Amino acid sequence: MRWLHFYLRFVVAASLLLIVAGGLVTSTGSGLAVPDWPNTYGTFMFAFPFSQMVGGIFYEHGHRLIASTVGLLTIGLAVWLARIEPRRWVRRLGWTALAAVVTQGLLGGITVLYFLPAPVSISHAGLAQIFFALVVSLTLFTSPGWRTGPGGYGARSDPVLARLALAAPAVIYGQILIGATMRHTGAGLAIPDFPLAFGHLVPPQWTTGIAIHFAHRVGAVAVTAMVLATAGHLLFHHPGRRELTRPALLLSALVLVQVGLGAWTVLSGRQVAVNTAHVAVGAAAFAASVVLALRVHRERFADAGADVRPASSDAAEPIAGSEARA
Amino acid sequence: MRHRTFWILVSLAAIAVAGACNSRSDVPPVSIVPEGGGAAANAVGATGTSTVSGSITFEGEPPAPETIRMNSDPVCVKEATNTETEYYVVGDGGGLGNVFVYVKEGLSGSYSASGETIVLDQQGCRYTPHVFGVQVGQTVQITNSDPTLHNIHATPAVNAEFNTGQPIQGMSMERTFDQVEVAPDGSPMVPFKCDVHGWMNAYVGVLDHPYFVTTGPDGAFDIGNLPAGNYVIAAWHEMLGEQTQNVTVGDGATANVSFTFTAG
Repeated sequence: MRWLHFYLRFVVAASLLLIVAGGLVTSTGSGLAVPDWPNTYGTFMFAFPFSQMVGGIFYEHGHRLIASTVGLLTIGLAVWLARIEPRRWVRRLGWTALAAVVTQGLLGGITVLYFLPAPVSISHAGLAQIFFALVVSLTLFTSPGWRTGPGGYGARSDPVLARLALAAPAVIYGQILIGATMRHTGAGLAIPDFPLAFGHLVPPQWTTGIAIHFAHRVGAVAVTAMVLATAGHLLFHHPGRRELTRPALLLSALVLVQVGLGAWTVLSGRQVAVNTAHVAVGAAAFAASVVLALRVHRERFADAGADVRPASSDAAEPIAGSEARA
Repeated sequence: MRHRTFWILVSLAAIAVAGACNSRSDVPPVSIVPEGGGAAANAVGATGTSTVSGSITFEGEPPAPETIRMNSDPVCVKEATNTETEYYVVGDGGGLGNVFVYVKEGLSGSYSASGETIVLDQQGCRYTPHVFGVQVGQTVQITNSDPTLHNIHATPAVNAEFNTGQPIQGMSMERTFDQVEVAPDGSPMVPFKCDVHGWMNAYVGVLDHPYFVTTGPDGAFDIGNLPAGNYVIAAWHEMLGEQTQNVTVGDGATANVSFTFTAG
């Protein structure tokens, strides 16, 4: 199981690299630099010469190669889980990740063959985040901390925390979808100034692009407020629960960096590296929020670590806040 | 349950593999125009002996061309003979090149497509010509003269979009357009771009008559063989937009029209 966990960490790293590569494809406008799929200029993709990976092909074909590698890694992951993982729901999650990565590949092909239709490209971007969150979750589920650590992180005893922890990934994912819509409809610079919009708090004129862009800015405010509220609640009520405060603080830091990157993206005129970093940090923030939510709601996972945890550790340890209220 | 999940995944993989047999670059180019061209089967458009001529002038100091960094493809660095942007091609006398001049209104009847093939070449990692016109149904031959690979991606608003790879030097393909598409409401004509080399772009105006021309650096133009009549003449430039003028030309006569563009 330990090796599986390390393997999953590697899959997470590869998946984040894949998201960066996908972000580079869009940021450099290289999505159609390879017009065919799954071949590359009529050549089997793995046989395409490296010397011809020039210009936009470098980004698009590179993205395909990394994606194929992640696909193969996910096949290995699903099979490995099926062979050694005793928890059925974790095994199923492995197969779900494999189905997600296969679907993701098909969406990538369809969006190329149909000249990047926005709904398909947005779905491709959205599913990428779901897949990333899945492999991060699997990494958490196979970690020693999840399997042998204390049960009962307090979701049932602290309903405010329970709701905040669930709302955060939902709001962040909504914000990611708005961002993907903005990205794939060319609305990234629909409002060219920051922090104001055409010199006003609210744009004085409206188009579809301006509405999408402004919605992303409003979403950023909502996400920041939600995340800081969650972190604040944790630090105030459960300061001793490091397994919760650490991801909450990491999430807060990522969201603040993300807001800065968003502003920089606009002010730099969508500079490629900045724009791509904005995509990657968004994915990391979503994953961090999922980890936090899972840890807060861990007690809902009936057999979480039950197969490996000593019987004596099954009893839920009350959290500091709930203990105080009791 | 586990077997069922396995077979679902196997089916998805089979679909992906089947897609490999449908590679777009393996598909021979197919004309998007029905036999006989796309011109409507109404009265034949008239020709005549009148001419509209004139010049396009750029007033003021044109923006300096920018140097294109082609180092994302070493072949382009080696092959390129021109590494400057060609947004503003201004001749010694202020003539403005790469302006597409055409009869926008005043013609009636239908004109059959010219049998002449227009060649759009990719050479030195640039498109030649940069701005040109074709008739509906007229053949455009797109050629890759470069020892590197290009994709030809046309993004029309009215006609069908296409994106085809030409990975080998000397490859050629033919395309036609089946609908008029030229500067509708001031937006660009049919843009061509190469997504491999982001600096490569070209524009084509698609018309249902043969009365159009693209200016050279001297800015001069002649549109001949027109029937006498009243016309709206349009001049379109990729950065400066479109201007129009009304003109009346008598039988066998020449009418002069001049356009002046200024930056900003």
